[in-house]
Amino acid sequence: MANITERIKTLCPSATVEGYNIPVVTVDDDHWHALAKALHDDPELAYTYLVTIVGMDWTDSLGAIYYMMNTDADRILGVKVLAKGTREQPLITSAADIWKVATLYEREVYDFYGIIFLNNPDMRRLFLNIDWVGYPLRKDYDANPDINPVSIESERQSDFTKVYSRSADGTVNCTEERIFQPEDFVVNIGPQHPATHGVLRFRTCVDGETVKKIDVYMGYIHRGIEKLCETLTYPQTLHFMDRMDYFSAHNYHHALCMLYEKAAGIEISRRAQVIRVMMDELSRIASHCLFIGTYCMDLGATTMLFYTLRVREQILDIMEKTCGARMTFNYDCIGGVMADLDENFVADVKALLETIPANIKEYNTLFTGNVIAKNRLTDVGVLSREDAIAYGVTGPSGRASGWACDMRKLQPYSIYPELDFEEIVATEGDSMARFQCRVREIEESAKILWQLVDNIPEGEYCVKVPKVLKLPAGSWFQVTEGCRGAFGLYLESDGTTKPYRLKIAPPCLPQAGVVDHITRGFKIADLITIGGSLDYIVPDMDR
Amino acid sequence: MPYGEWKDNEYIEKLVQELRDSGTNVVVGSLDKLINWGRSNSVWPLTFATSCCGIEFVSLGAARFDMARFGWEVARSSPRQADFMMVAGTIVHRMVPVFRRLYDQLAEPKYVIACGSCAISGGPFRKSYHVAKGIEDIVPVDVFVPGCPPRPEAMIYGIMQLSRKMKVERFFGGVNRQEKLKDFLAAHPVEGVED
Ligand code: SF4
Repeated sequence: MANITERIKTLCPSATVEGYNIPVVTVDDDHWHALAKALHDDPELAYTYLVTIVGMDWTDSLGAIYYMMNTDADRILGVKVLAKGTREQPLITSAADIWKVATLYEREVYDFYGIIFLNNPDMRRLFLNIDWVGYPLRKDYDANPDINPVSIESERQSDFTKVYSRSADGTVNCTEERIFQPEDFVVNIGPQHPATHGVLRFRTCVDGETVKKIDVYMGYIHRGIEKLCETLTYPQTLHFMDRMDYFSAHNYHHALCMLYEKAAGIEISRRAQVIRVMMDELSRIASHCLFIGTYCMDLGATTMLFYTLRVREQILDIMEKTCGARMTFNYDCIGGVMADLDENFVADVKALLETIPANIKEYNTLFTGNVIAKNRLTDVGVLSREDAIAYGVTGPSGRASGWACDMRKLQPYSIYPELDFEEIVATEGDSMARFQCRVREIEESAKILWQLVDNIPEGEYCVKVPKVLKLPAGSWFQVTEGCRGAFGLYLESDGTTKPYRLKIAPPCLPQAGVVDHITRGFKIADLITIGGSLDYIVPDMDR
Repeated sequence: MPYGEWKDNEYIEKLVQELRDSGTNVVVGSLDKLINWGRSNSVWPLTFATSCCGIEFVSLGAARFDMARFGWEVARSSPRQADFMMVAGTIVHRMVPVFRRLYDQLAEPKYVIACGSCAISGGPFRKSYHVAKGIEDIVPVDVFVPGCPPRPEAMIYGIMQLSRKMKVERFFGGVNRQEKLKDFLAAHPVEGVED
C-alpha cells in the first residue's frame, strides 16, 4: 500500500491520504481529473472498476468520494474530491470519460446533492421528478411535504438533457442536448409492464424493430432509504436491507452487520459466522431459482416457474422455521443472529441439498437444452469483459463476460476464505452465459452448504453488545457479494448513535445502466431477453 | 366456500342487512345473484407489483398456494382486462400518477386491495421524502391486507373478502358502491380527465 501512496503523491503532490479501513486520498477539483486518468490508465495502479461514488455533505462543504478497485490485485482506493464553487452551484469535473458507469453515478449524486459534474454528458435528475425542489440528501433539505406534494398529475417530461462545461476564462456554460432526435421513433416500455421486472421504464428509440437507443428511467420505487437511515439508530437501520433486494435479504443484512461490527470492534462467535454464511448461500439458491423461473416465464416458458418455486418454497420453509418469516427476515443482528437455529435445521438443509442435483438436471432438460431457448439466448446481448468492468456490471452477469468479480474471493470476508468453492466464470458474455452462470452457481452454493451443514460449531449465537451502540468517528467502506453482484456500503460516523451518512451501492444500478449499451442493434423482443438475463431488482437500484 | 361459514366480518353482515331491508325486486334480485356468483368466482387481478410484497404475490400464483383454485389465476397485464388491482408494494411520488392512470383504465366494476403496510400507510418508509403515505388518498380501497409482506394465506383471505363483498352487491339498479366511487372521484379529480 505504501508504494501506492508514494505514487499518488508524485502524481498529485497536494493530495493527502487518510487511512481508515480503506485508504482515502483527498484532492481538490483542479487536480482530480488528471489523477483519475492516471489511476485508471497506469498499468501499475489500474483502478479500472469504479465501485461507487458517494456524495457527501459536510455542512460547510460538499464533495464526492469515488471508490475504485483494482480487481487483479484486490485493492480498493477512495478518492475524496472537494467541490468547487458555492453551495448553490458546487462543481466537480466529471470522470464519465474514464469510467463509463460514472455517468450514471454522477447523475445520482447530482440528484441527491445538487453537485454539478462538468462535462458529464447527461446531467439530469435520476430518481426524482424534473421539478423536484431541493436536494434531499443535503443536511439542510426542507422535507416539508407542501413543497413537494404527492401529485396525481403526470410529471413533466423532457427530451433534453443538460451538459455543463467550463470555458477557458473559468465561467460555467450550460448547453441543452437532445436525448432523442426529432425524427426518432420512440416507444415507451414500462413502468407497468410484465417484462421489465418491476417498475422500470425504458424509452426505446427504434428503427423498424431494431433498437437504436434506450433511455432508462428510474425512480418509480425510490424510497429514500439512505436519508431515512440518517434519522435512525444503528440497529434500526438494519431492517431496510431486507427491503431493497429482497432476495439477498440475508446477504445484505450480513454485510451491514459486518460493517457495524468492524466499526465498533465487535468479534462475533464462530457459530454466528457459520449460520450467517449458510443463510447467505440458501438465499443465493432461492434467488437464482426464482430468477430461472421468472426469466423462463418472460420468454414464454410459463411452467418453469412452478418447478423452480418448488425449491424456493422448500428454502423459505427452512428460513421460516428459524427466522419466523418467509421474506424480510431481519435475522442477522449486530453481534450475531437474532435467534438460534431451529432444531430441524440440519435435517431440512440436507433434505434440500439432496434434491438440488435432480432439480438442476430437470431445469436443464426442460429449458437449457431447448432449441427455442438456445435460439433466443445465444449471442444475444453480448457484453465484453472490458465493458463489463467499465460499466461496473458485477455478479453472475459480470462473470458471464469473463470477469472474475466474485467478492467472496476478491475481498474475502467472514469464513469464505476457508471454504472450498469454485468461482463460475464464462467467456461468451451473452444471455445464455448469464443464464447458465446462475444455474451453475446453485451447485456451488450447494457445495458450500454441504461443507458446513455437519460442522456448525456449538457456542453462543449472539455476543453481548451495548444496548445503545455508539460508533467512533470515522469512515468505513466495504464490498461484499449479494446474490446479484458487488454490494458496497459506505459509513461515515460522527461519534453518535446514528450514522452521519450511510451510502448503499447496489449491484443492480450499473446493470440497468448497461442495458442501453448491450441492446443497441438487437430487436425489440431481445430487450426482454437481455433485461431478464441481467436479473436486476428495481427496488435495489432505486433504494 | 359456503357463505354461511363466514362469521367474522360484521361490516359485510351489516351491508347485507341494509340491502335486504331496502327490499329487492325478485327478478332483478335473482339476476343479480347469478351475475354476482359468476363475478365473485372469477376475480382477475391486474399484475401490479412494485416491490417486496409483489414477490409473495408470485408465490400465491405458484403451485403451493395456487390461487387458481379460487378462479383468480388469470393475472392480466393490461388493466382493461382485470377486475381488481392488488397493490403490492410501496407507492412513491413518481409512481402515483402512473398508478392513478392504471386505476382509471380498469373497467367498471373495479376494486382495489391494498396489500402490505406500504400500500396501507407507507409502512417502514412513512417518514421518507418520496413515499406516498398510503394509497387511500389516491384511489378508493376495498380491502386492506396488513403485513410486511402479508403471508400468502393472508392475501388469499383478502381476496376472499373481496369476492364476498362482490356477492352482496347489487349489479343492477342502485349500486351503492358506484355512488361512493363517484364521490371519491369528485373529491380527487385529475386535470383533463372526465370521470
Ligand atoms: S409492506 Fe413491507 S414487504 Fe410489502 S412492499 Fe412494503 S416494505 Fe416491502
